[in-house]
Amino acid sequence: MAGEVILSIENVAVQFGGLVALSELTFTVCEGEIVGLIGPNGAGKTTAFNVFTGFLKPTSGEVRYRGTLLNGLKPYEIAGLGLVRTFQRTSVFQNNSVFENVLIGLHRRGRSTLWDTLLALPREKIAEREVAGKAREILALVGLESRAAELAGALSYGEQRLLGIALALAAQPSMLLLDEPVSGMNPSESAKVMKLVETIRARGVAILLVEHDMPTVMQVSDRIVVLNYGRIIAEGSPAEIQRHPDVIRAYLGEGKKRA
Amino acid sequence: MDQLLQHLVNAVVLGGTYALLGIGLTLIFGIMRVVNFTHGELYAFGAYTIYLMAAALGLNFFFGLVVAIVAGMLLGAMIEVALLRPMRGADVDTVMLVMIGAWIVMQNTELLIWGGVAKAIVTPFPDAPLVIGPVSISWLRVFVLAAALLLILAAYALIHRTKLGKAMRATFQDSDAAALMGVHIKGIHTATFAIGSGLAAAAGALLGSVFLVTPTMGDLASLKAFAIVILGGLGNITGATIGAFVLALVEELGAGYVSSGYRDAMGFLIIIVVLLFKPTGLFARAERVG
Amino acid sequence: MKRAVPTFWLLVIFTLPFWLQDQYVLHILITTGIFIIAAMSLNLLLGYTGQLSLGHVAFFGIGAYVSALTTLGFDVELFGGFRVVHEPWPAVAGFFIAITIAGMSGYVIGKLSFKVRGAYFVIVTISFAEVTRLVALNWVELTQGPLALTNIPPFTLGFPGLGNYTLWDKTAYWYLVGVVGLVAYVVIGRLVNSRIGRAMIALKENESLASSVGIDVTHYLVLAAVVSAAIAGGAGSLYAHYIKIIDPDIFLFIYTVTMVIMVITGGKGSLAGPIVGGLIFGFLPVIVRAFAAPAVQWILYGGLTILVVFVLPRGIVPTLQGWIASRTQSESARAGLSWAGGSKSGDAK
Repeated sequence: MAGEVILSIENVAVQFGGLVALSELTFTVCEGEIVGLIGPNGAGKTTAFNVFTGFLKPTSGEVRYRGTLLNGLKPYEIAGLGLVRTFQRTSVFQNNSVFENVLIGLHRRGRSTLWDTLLALPREKIAEREVAGKAREILALVGLESRAAELAGALSYGEQRLLGIALALAAQPSMLLLDEPVSGMNPSESAKVMKLVETIRARGVAILLVEHDMPTVMQVSDRIVVLNYGRIIAEGSPAEIQRHPDVIRAYLGEGKKRA
Repeated sequence: MDQLLQHLVNAVVLGGTYALLGIGLTLIFGIMRVVNFTHGELYAFGAYTIYLMAAALGLNFFFGLVVAIVAGMLLGAMIEVALLRPMRGADVDTVMLVMIGAWIVMQNTELLIWGGVAKAIVTPFPDAPLVIGPVSISWLRVFVLAAALLLILAAYALIHRTKLGKAMRATFQDSDAAALMGVHIKGIHTATFAIGSGLAAAAGALLGSVFLVTPTMGDLASLKAFAIVILGGLGNITGATIGAFVLALVEELGAGYVSSGYRDAMGFLIIIVVLLFKPTGLFARAERVG
Repeated sequence: MKRAVPTFWLLVIFTLPFWLQDQYVLHILITTGIFIIAAMSLNLLLGYTGQLSLGHVAFFGIGAYVSALTTLGFDVELFGGFRVVHEPWPAVAGFFIAITIAGMSGYVIGKLSFKVRGAYFVIVTISFAEVTRLVALNWVELTQGPLALTNIPPFTLGFPGLGNYTLWDKTAYWYLVGVVGLVAYVVIGRLVNSRIGRAMIALKENESLASSVGIDVTHYLVLAAVVSAAIAGGAGSLYAHYIKIIDPDIFLFIYTVTMVIMVITGGKGSLAGPIVGGLIFGFLPVIVRAFAAPAVQWILYGGLTILVVFVLPRGIVPTLQGWIASRTQSESARAGLSWAGGSKSGDAK
């Protein structure tokens, strides 16, 4: 699983007034890896995500993506580098169709200028056709092509999460941050998502995912990082983590499926 | 120096009534998150009501004032129940448009009933002003200041010392949590709008007696009320009070020393300048805006 | 059906003066047309990009004043004793300068909306319009204040080889408004149906989500504001050279309100919405004027606005589109704009 380091987090700390949300957070993700980030509720996982993707400024520490320092960059700039995240709630554009959602996600792909658009130059039309084709491809990949014309808000919860992943995929990520991709899903839906995750990894995209569903995380991850009270308490392979005393203690009991 | 003192005194009187306007709006705006375009119309309504009572019907001025406030509260409650309640959960701009529609209807109804000519309210105060050193202030204005201060204190007491006030504060902080605690949100909204409107009506009745009553008087009042809310922070009564006096002061001094034509622009300039540097208002607690 | 509708309207617009002889109605159509252009521009900012800008009349008025002053010339003394003298320029120059300067003020508002969010932004935009009005009212040396700028010259178009043509009569003006309106419609239409338009709609729906897929939200918001303001400014210029007299009342909040009503009742976020709303609220006064006093008219508009919002919350055009779509069982139409370049609704069941 060893490849080049793609995401490096060094001593990141986040403090809200007196509350320490994250401290001394240091770990890396390598190209082509799937790393699972777990921890009890309130451990700081979403805070970490927000720091990595530019939605939150860390109090200290550095985040680097393929060597580029991310601190101070805006979320859209970070996405522009190839680091794309999904959201747990409101993960899609509710009032647009499924197809339109993916088209929006394909924004990064386009290069048209204002004048191309206003003058309806041929290259604009070509670009639009290309983008529409790519959108159909992505929808086929996640299995939503039959729902293309429906409003995203009308989809079931599970389908919306899938669309959220499609949206992120459209942004041409080299690394994907998945925020609880299977939360609230039944086993068959979860399995679908995890198959998709494997497919995405096979295309060369590194993945960092936060999840509470233990069997799912253990099954799909190459490596696990465990957070508790804002700091890393353990790191290793799924097998190692499942036996780790600190982790077990943090979750209060062996064999617990959910935190 | 004498001029300055006079301006200061005028500003204080003006500020008191502005505070009523501002407190009313900051409550509505803060608790209900509604851009209340009818606030100025309640102000005008208060002025016309006291005109009706005191001038047209020849009843007691003070009685007219009380009627204006109560009628303002009732009208506010009616607006909330008829127009705002059904719109809960709709787009912000849709609600805004409903409020704009209501504003248009109210102002033109007033125009229809009373005509466009300005009306003066006869008050039971002596014409000769009270003179203290270099400053002269009419008895009417003394009364206006006193009444305004009384109402400000009453509003403060309501919010901080009654159960209703507590419920309102809870709804302001987190309406979901408040609902879970048993607060009847719908009722709170109606009460808030009623109280806010009543305060606006009071301001209108008081200032209408000092100046004149016209159908369009509410427009500037609305804008100034918004300026005050921005200065003082959403839902912040103390801030609104201070903001009101600040606005009145800037207006008075601006009109006196710079140019009276730009007097009303002062309020707007304040808004723009403040929001440029402090997008959450001068006294806002760390709250999420918008 | 979709292609037929615009062509039909194009025919109506360009043949109108041949079958409509009533000059008064033509006059109403012209002023309504100008307002529709302004309403379409507001729709771009309010409807598609979701910015609660209630100071739109400021751009319209700035366009009008700039165009008028460019063509009338002015002579003012600024702070520090600088004297600025401007000789009258042709009206066409005024038009383009108006668009530019209005666009610049749109830039300011766009940048501002990022610092100031939500309801506060509404207030800032209203204040902006009020301040412009008060400046127009009080800076008498430049704007003549309440005495108004008068004798604004009409447009003179120069055709190489054919000589100059001055637009004095209503028919010529109708075509000018028609052409400008068409250009505005096409510009806005192309913008919203493109990658740029998708970015604007995305930022309206969910800013964080839009950022997370790489959309520079500030950039597109400012772009929408600039284009919107520029078009409104152009409409203002048309207005100034048609009515030939403008005063600070042009900045009154009630005109923004009129535009907002046109956009929202017609259907924000739809291209035809402002046109439908504009026609209704442009002609309603004319019809109602016959039997009701001004105050009563406004009560009717206010009541009508509330009614439309309660009964047709999405606006007239989207509701109609949805109704037609459900009748023809076309799923892609029901989902709204179809951006599927070459694909039909074959993807859907």
